[in-house]
Amino acid sequence: MTSMTRPHPQIHHHTGPSAQRTDRLLPRDGARSWPDHLARWGSPAGGTDANLTDDLTLAGLLGRGGAGFPTGRKVASVVAAVRRFRVPAVVVANCCEGDPTSLKDQVLVHHSPHLIIDGAIAAAATVGADRVVLAAHQGSGVERTLRSAVAERPGGDVSLDVVGIPGRYIASEATSLVRFLNTGDARPAGKLVPIWESGVDGRPTLVHNAETLAHLALLARFGSNWFAGVGTAAEPGTCLVTIGGAVPRPGVVEVPNGAPLREVLACAGALSNGWALLGGVSGRWIDLQQSADIPYSTAALAAAGLSRGVGSIVVLPPGGCVLTETARILGFQAHAGARQCGPCMFGLPAIAADMADLGAGDRAALTRLQWRLPVITGRGGCGHPDGAVALAASALNVLRVRQPAHLAQHLNTGQCGAPPPVVPLGPALSTTDKTGIGRS
Amino acid sequence: MSTRTLQLDPISCRAHGLCAEELPEAISLDEWGYPIVPAGPVPRELVRRAKAAAAACPVLALRLTVSR
Repeated sequence: MTSMTRPHPQIHHHTGPSAQRTDRLLPRDGARSWPDHLARWGSPAGGTDANLTDDLTLAGLLGRGGAGFPTGRKVASVVAAVRRFRVPAVVVANCCEGDPTSLKDQVLVHHSPHLIIDGAIAAAATVGADRVVLAAHQGSGVERTLRSAVAERPGGDVSLDVVGIPGRYIASEATSLVRFLNTGDARPAGKLVPIWESGVDGRPTLVHNAETLAHLALLARFGSNWFAGVGTAAEPGTCLVTIGGAVPRPGVVEVPNGAPLREVLACAGALSNGWALLGGVSGRWIDLQQSADIPYSTAALAAAGLSRGVGSIVVLPPGGCVLTETARILGFQAHAGARQCGPCMFGLPAIAADMADLGAGDRAALTRLQWRLPVITGRGGCGHPDGAVALAASALNVLRVRQPAHLAQHLNTGQCGAPPPVVPLGPALSTTDKTGIGRS
Repeated sequence: MSTRTLQLDPISCRAHGLCAEELPEAISLDEWGYPIVPAGPVPRELVRRAKAAAAACPVLALRLTVSR
């Protein structure tokens, strides 16, 4: 399943290492230092890569930060803006990982920091940027690792610096990052002025997630044919998944795009049954037994009404309660907002309270949620309220359609006797004890 | 023929509610007093009052934009 069982191939610098290996981003042997990175991948392709935009589109690479926006289109928008405004662009590598259910970007930074940086530099060459910003949570291990990585690299044409970002969830939303870099205020700036036209210092700005840039680095080095050595035809390559909750071996795994969910879960020693939260705190609840054969790819998940989101899967223990977990997550979401937009500032605490009330047996809370959810969604300056609403709607759907008896138990007794909640919501977990790569 | 669209900046909006007073046919307020602004083109007979609704906003959070 993962590449853990595969032999180490010979490295051929012209064609790249075996394209069939699935440990592209998280190598078994580690490639944290610059010499190890070069030994594994060879030198990065120098200069401008005019084909990279085409390769990105060919490879169907979608952003891995949560929204899943096509990377090729994002790059093309910045290229167009640079041509129109005739100013160099800025590339921001988003290495902050705000969603508490996800660890993949932190693990990636600690395993392969130079791959992310290579990707950011390749993107800079493609869009015509003279500045790369590596954004990491202030004081985090990720920030320290990136600073060491930058220090050991030889200098290049592009200015490269690490900037510490406040640790709050909403601070790493793309427009928050841009606003923070411009003004020191790490709150979303809204959708009215697109950052691909006017972002950092008013320049066209490309913000990509760390994992997205690591894939982009490999595409820039080896091209789309190599990239398509694993994965599906429509979605070549691999992806990182954080598997947590009630599983024997929680951690981050790298799997080919399109691997059945059953096999993804097996990497963490988990069976495909029970309920799980797919995609992070703005994700959806899924019945793992029913979903076992769904390929873990953006298209197949979308066809099932699901999304990768931030690429996390949190498995509930037997008897775990979707209602209780959702009420807790909504409480997190309510506090995590930037308190700028009314529908989010007032709406999220309201639906968090409704969900908690429902769990405590308040029948009217069901009606309140039914009319509040559609009123809140789509009315924030960023996607934060929409994610919370989607999660709440998913939970209500599970309770009404699949677990009516469980819902009735809450309504009649105000409790359910489920085991303690497992969805991690605390401050980001230490990455040193969570870097285990799943072995199959 | 160009059409007009109401565009709300939810970050600037402070729930003064004057827009909904100017244009109750199209703009309603949620339970917290924030306007719910329809996404589509503004019907031609409402354009003049939509302009007034945008002008009434004390923090300029509502704009009437021209789109094709």
